[in-house]
Amino acid sequence: MTRLKSPAVDGVPDRDLIATVEEQSAELKLLRREVEEWRRKYGKGEVRDLAFTNSAKEVEAVYTALDAAETDAEALGMPGFYPYTRGIHPTGYRGRLWTMRQFAGFGSAKDTNERYKFLLAHGQTGLSVAFDFPTLMGYDSDHPRSEGEVGKCGVAISSLADMETLFDGIPLDEVSTSMTINGPAVILYCFYIAAAEKKGIDSRALRGTIQNDILKEYMAQHAWVYPIEPALRLIVDCFEWSAEHAPQWNTISISGYHIREAGATAAQELAFTLADGFTYVERGIARGLDVDSFAPRLSFFWDIHNDFFEEIAKLRAARRIWARHMRDRYGAKDPKSLIMRFHSQTAGVTLTAQQPMNNVVRVAYQAMAAVLGGTQSLHTNSMDETLALPTEESVQVALRTQQVLAFETGVPNVLDPLGGSFYVETLTTELEREAESLFEQIEEVGGVVRGLETGWLQRKIAESSARQQWEIEQHRRVIVGVNEFVTDEPELRIELLKISEETEREQRSRMAKMRAERDGELVEQRLKALRDAASTSENLMPYILDAARAYCTLYEIRAAMETVFGAYREPVFF
Amino acid sequence: MRPIRVLVAKPGLDGHDRGAKVVAAALRDAGMEVIYTGLHQTPEMIATAAIQEDVDVIGLSILSGAHMTLIPRVQALVKAQGRDDILITGGGIIPKEDVDTLQRGGVGKLFGPGTPTTDLIAYIKDWAREKQEA
Repeated sequence: MTRLKSPAVDGVPDRDLIATVEEQSAELKLLRREVEEWRRKYGKGEVRDLAFTNSAKEVEAVYTALDAAETDAEALGMPGFYPYTRGIHPTGYRGRLWTMRQFAGFGSAKDTNERYKFLLAHGQTGLSVAFDFPTLMGYDSDHPRSEGEVGKCGVAISSLADMETLFDGIPLDEVSTSMTINGPAVILYCFYIAAAEKKGIDSRALRGTIQNDILKEYMAQHAWVYPIEPALRLIVDCFEWSAEHAPQWNTISISGYHIREAGATAAQELAFTLADGFTYVERGIARGLDVDSFAPRLSFFWDIHNDFFEEIAKLRAARRIWARHMRDRYGAKDPKSLIMRFHSQTAGVTLTAQQPMNNVVRVAYQAMAAVLGGTQSLHTNSMDETLALPTEESVQVALRTQQVLAFETGVPNVLDPLGGSFYVETLTTELEREAESLFEQIEEVGGVVRGLETGWLQRKIAESSARQQWEIEQHRRVIVGVNEFVTDEPELRIELLKISEETEREQRSRMAKMRAERDGELVEQRLKALRDAASTSENLMPYILDAARAYCTLYEIRAAMETVFGAYREPVFF
Repeated sequence: MRPIRVLVAKPGLDGHDRGAKVVAAALRDAGMEVIYTGLHQTPEMIATAAIQEDVDVIGLSILSGAHMTLIPRVQALVKAQGRDDILITGGGIIPKEDVDTLQRGGVGKLFGPGTPTTDLIAYIKDWAREKQEA
């Protein structure tokens, strides 16, 4: 696409411009004829009996400049410039590679601390905490509902004491730490801040992320605690407090990952996640915060699925939509409020229990899509994750996959190397349009919160999920080793990581000891102060932090607020 | 003969309900009467619902690794109510050796990821036919 020269100052186009326009229209005519002829001859040629679809719909056999023509220079920009379609950094991966951040956590805080030290020693550059289900739901390890679940799918953290063990010997002012926690996110955040304080590190020096995205919990992931409104209040409290006290901390990671894993299409993942993001921005503004005071600390998290080009286009579209809405709809002025920074993870749902070694290959392609889409950090899944938590060996292969991509393939050498591809540009524009149309539908049902209360959003996802399952069972979609290329050979035996029941017993006795040793009176005092503050409109962060410092447990803090906020009730349907 | 009644249940704290919902819809489409519990159920809640709803089958979906605690507990509670005729089956991320242990303890088939829904439907229908004939 050649660019037109600007008209002469007096408004009369000069000769060059007229010549250029004539040349272009001749070229366009020629191209149209060529494309038409090709489609007539080959458009209905003999093809395999398969659906040529991405996550949602059929794709054309070929894309040309005619399809991509709508992507103008303004929609593309240069890397590091509005609307950031081509990336947020003017130097791309030449300046700095993405952060290789493997999500890890299992057993006790001590077990996980050892895994972190192993990963850091092998060149990982950031930490990412996976909590067990009781922690994700705000239950202590010694709560009756935690029985059988302690340390199984992540690490058990029930108080500041466990957090101190988790980061023992790790310099919290040097690493960045991501914590996947939502319902009780602010509580774990406060444990982390208090653990850093005990090492003499101020919260202003801390770098990291809490997921803290409750809207997608109601939508897809389901680790909720409180009803929607008080949960949103806590998130805005966190934005407000962190703007002053933890300016380097990402206060939220607005996540498409779980929405996609629950069965959404790429366009739904894109639209629902961004709509969640807009909802948080609106809540922050409604609190009276200046949008530029908190928007620079909002980050995102995307799922990188199998359809290679669609995923790349999704990431490019996401940056463009965010920048446009933040500038034009919410009046953000700071460029940092306009740029979408994000973490990516390869799609767990695409991994198969059958022929698990094949997963290494899936993950490698997905990782490449994430990098071609310009991710800031990446988790690559391990091949054995559909069977159990990954072993050290399979985690290492996953990390090496990123290192091969970073240092051997040449992919990170050029910024947005697929920019200008007819296909990728067309897909990017189409995904943006589909997202805009979904935003309108969400508005029609009354916004995200209302859409969750009525189950509209959950149903949309469930419908897509059911359709995909049907397509797989009908062999319209091939899953290698599952519905095609199936072998009767015995399953490959790979060593699995087992979490012993011992972990739970030990954790319970550690909790008992901690409860006995702490200052019981101070605990009661701090919990009462928090309960009282919860029924006012005060920012609750300082109260939660004080409770954390006094070794109040996760469940005690959760329960103190629950007496005021109540609990969330799920709308059940299938 | 009344349709086969199935309780699809999510015990424990994990929130992964995609599989449970896909299975519930598939069983319903195959002509069974399906009740879905919703998330985060205790074994007590599940056993109570199964008995109140007078189901033939309980399908448990667990992806949290807590299967060795939760499945036997549901089984024991149902049995304590004198209803050991109810088939307890299910699926999730359950390592093979655990599947073997649970099946030796009287639990029905446990299905892993990637299982076509037609397999579950056939399994439940075969079980119901055999029970009918017995």
